[in-house]
Amino acid sequence: MSNTVTARRPVADSAPLPVSLKQPRLPRWAPAGLAAAAAAVGCGIGLAAGLESRIQWGLIAALLFVLGTFLLAAAVEGTRQAKDRLATSLVWICFLLAVVPLASLIWETVARGIKVVDGYFLSHSMGTLPDAMAGGGIYHALVGTLQQVGLAALIAAPIGLLTAIYLVEYGRGKLAKAVTFFVDVMTGIPSIVAGLFVLSVWILILGFGPSGFAGAMALAILMMPVVVRSTEEMLKLVPNELREASLALGVPKWRTILKVVLPTSVGGIATGVMLAIARITGETAPVLLLVWGAKTINSNPFEGAQQSLPLYVFQQWQQGSDASYDRAWGAALVLIAFVMILNLVARGIARWKAPKTGR
Amino acid sequence: MNSAPSISSAPPPPPAPPAASPVSGSAVRPGDRIFLGLSRGSGIALLVIMAAIAAFLTVRSVIAVSGDHANFLTYFEWTASGTEPKFGIAVLAFGTVVSSVIAMAVAVPVAVGIALFISHYAPRKLASLLGYVVDLLAAVPSIIYGLWGALFLVPHLTGLYSWLDDYLGWTGIFSYADEAPRSLFTVGILLAIMILPIVTSVSREVFLQAPKMHEEAALALGATRWEVIRMSVLPFGRSGVISASMLGLGRALGETMAVATVLSPSFLINTSLLDGGGGTFAQNIASKFSEADEFGQDALIASGLVLFVITLLVNGAARLIIARRKEYSGANA
Repeated sequence: MSNTVTARRPVADSAPLPVSLKQPRLPRWAPAGLAAAAAAVGCGIGLAAGLESRIQWGLIAALLFVLGTFLLAAAVEGTRQAKDRLATSLVWICFLLAVVPLASLIWETVARGIKVVDGYFLSHSMGTLPDAMAGGGIYHALVGTLQQVGLAALIAAPIGLLTAIYLVEYGRGKLAKAVTFFVDVMTGIPSIVAGLFVLSVWILILGFGPSGFAGAMALAILMMPVVVRSTEEMLKLVPNELREASLALGVPKWRTILKVVLPTSVGGIATGVMLAIARITGETAPVLLLVWGAKTINSNPFEGAQQSLPLYVFQQWQQGSDASYDRAWGAALVLIAFVMILNLVARGIARWKAPKTGR
Repeated sequence: MNSAPSISSAPPPPPAPPAASPVSGSAVRPGDRIFLGLSRGSGIALLVIMAAIAAFLTVRSVIAVSGDHANFLTYFEWTASGTEPKFGIAVLAFGTVVSSVIAMAVAVPVAVGIALFISHYAPRKLASLLGYVVDLLAAVPSIIYGLWGALFLVPHLTGLYSWLDDYLGWTGIFSYADEAPRSLFTVGILLAIMILPIVTSVSREVFLQAPKMHEEAALALGATRWEVIRMSVLPFGRSGVISASMLGLGRALGETMAVATVLSPSFLINTSLLDGGGGTFAQNIASKFSEADEFGQDALIASGLVLFVITLLVNGAARLIIARRKEYSGANA
């Protein structure tokens, strides 16, 4: 292929002596046109060959597009440009490949969930309703999730904050290094392992039963490193001049931290804590091991099995009837909405209260 | 900042005897001591928790493994109750590794592509929007991926799988009996979709840090955009991409709910990845837990310890690579 290109170019160039500096280029609309053509041909082949899954149609179209772009560009513009175009088309296809499933995920959840979610669904528990029957709701799961996540945040946020303060304001030497390393390691603990740990201590050794609090402890273990990391980043952004100015005025260090450093970075810290809460809200595995799930409202997180939203989704999926699938989608929609709203609010705060670093 | 007026008001007590003004550098105020104690204490609490996790899991695992009447590492079945419990992690280890490797093989190239798209190809407004969306998607709970995977992805993969079977079935790896494809390969695809956001967002950060000067120099020499990326962005970002993919791998290894919903488990190592069966550590814990007695729970804890150690190694390696890179990037900036 490269032979034909190199062979053709001298012929074209040799006619006018002042060599043209302009390479032949494909028109600007070429990629879009090719994409449309490839999509059309892909659908055509899919229809003609009777391929059932749309995934195959898409893959065929993508393949055609990549090949088409490369060959056309190689013929017109030369191999280097062709490689560039190849890379561009591959990158675009990667993007589309990722967007399709993720968009489908959101779409399915919203479309199937919105049919179920209404006031009744949000304000009633399952009670004694048989699983195969339509109806019922997620009130007990909402109560459980809020309590477990709230307790987890109450445990994890202070420890996380203080640890971050220690690392940034005091931390020197071996202890700080060890803490930093293990915070990193802790970030990677699978949620089910955190659940197993609390199970082994709280239930197997100390002999307590399942409760919302047990779940909250596991969630707190998952939340701590996230809070430490984000708070640390935020505290590091606080300009040293502020600390020095305060210390120079004779303000004790702890008051400097409380009155100068923390207020300066409060927006970022709040963001980090909220993102951490959003993360643990969706955790199912530790709740499955430690809270067990219930069908009725249990508003005491320290006694007896409770329900939580992600666990509710899982259990309804396990029931396997149409009505329970509907409820699973409905609860999934509520869960996703909750997490997304937390995320959006958190990021909004981050933007609104971003520390002025003077750069 | 608003302490400026207090400067004039703060030092009114004039130091009467000059001799009695030892600058109170050495005297530690009680408030300081308390605050330091609190913050250091919570740092230590974190370490204690980590140590406790390792210690308690080990203790319970020792109980379980010593009561195991089969080889814990190589036995295929999982019967952790009765008078003669026999269980082993061979199938679980196989399933965990295979599904995570499939996830990595699918996700990393695509994630690098998206990261490049966001950092170097997309129009700027679209790019910042996309970065935002990717971060949001990283927050979608795994159970929702699981629900979507089981009720939407699985039925949509049958066509693709029978096509793979037609053309690649002779390899044995891609043969497919016509049933709902609740297999390790499907799990791998779903895990790939789940770890895409995290791998993408870390890679994007690294690509955005690539020195602008190098890129501009390459452009000035007449390089095409791809050549710029190949010669200046990718070499700079390589270690970042490696550590991003290991973070993704750590997540894929420990994923529970998405696997538990999609996979139809069995204690067999299936040569065909497209057919159902197999299992992973986390999935096995979640699905066996409700019927386990106390010894059975210990057995599950033992398998959890193996998972814990594997993820520790993977994450530790990723962190080491990131830490090494930080030193370099300081010199580059």
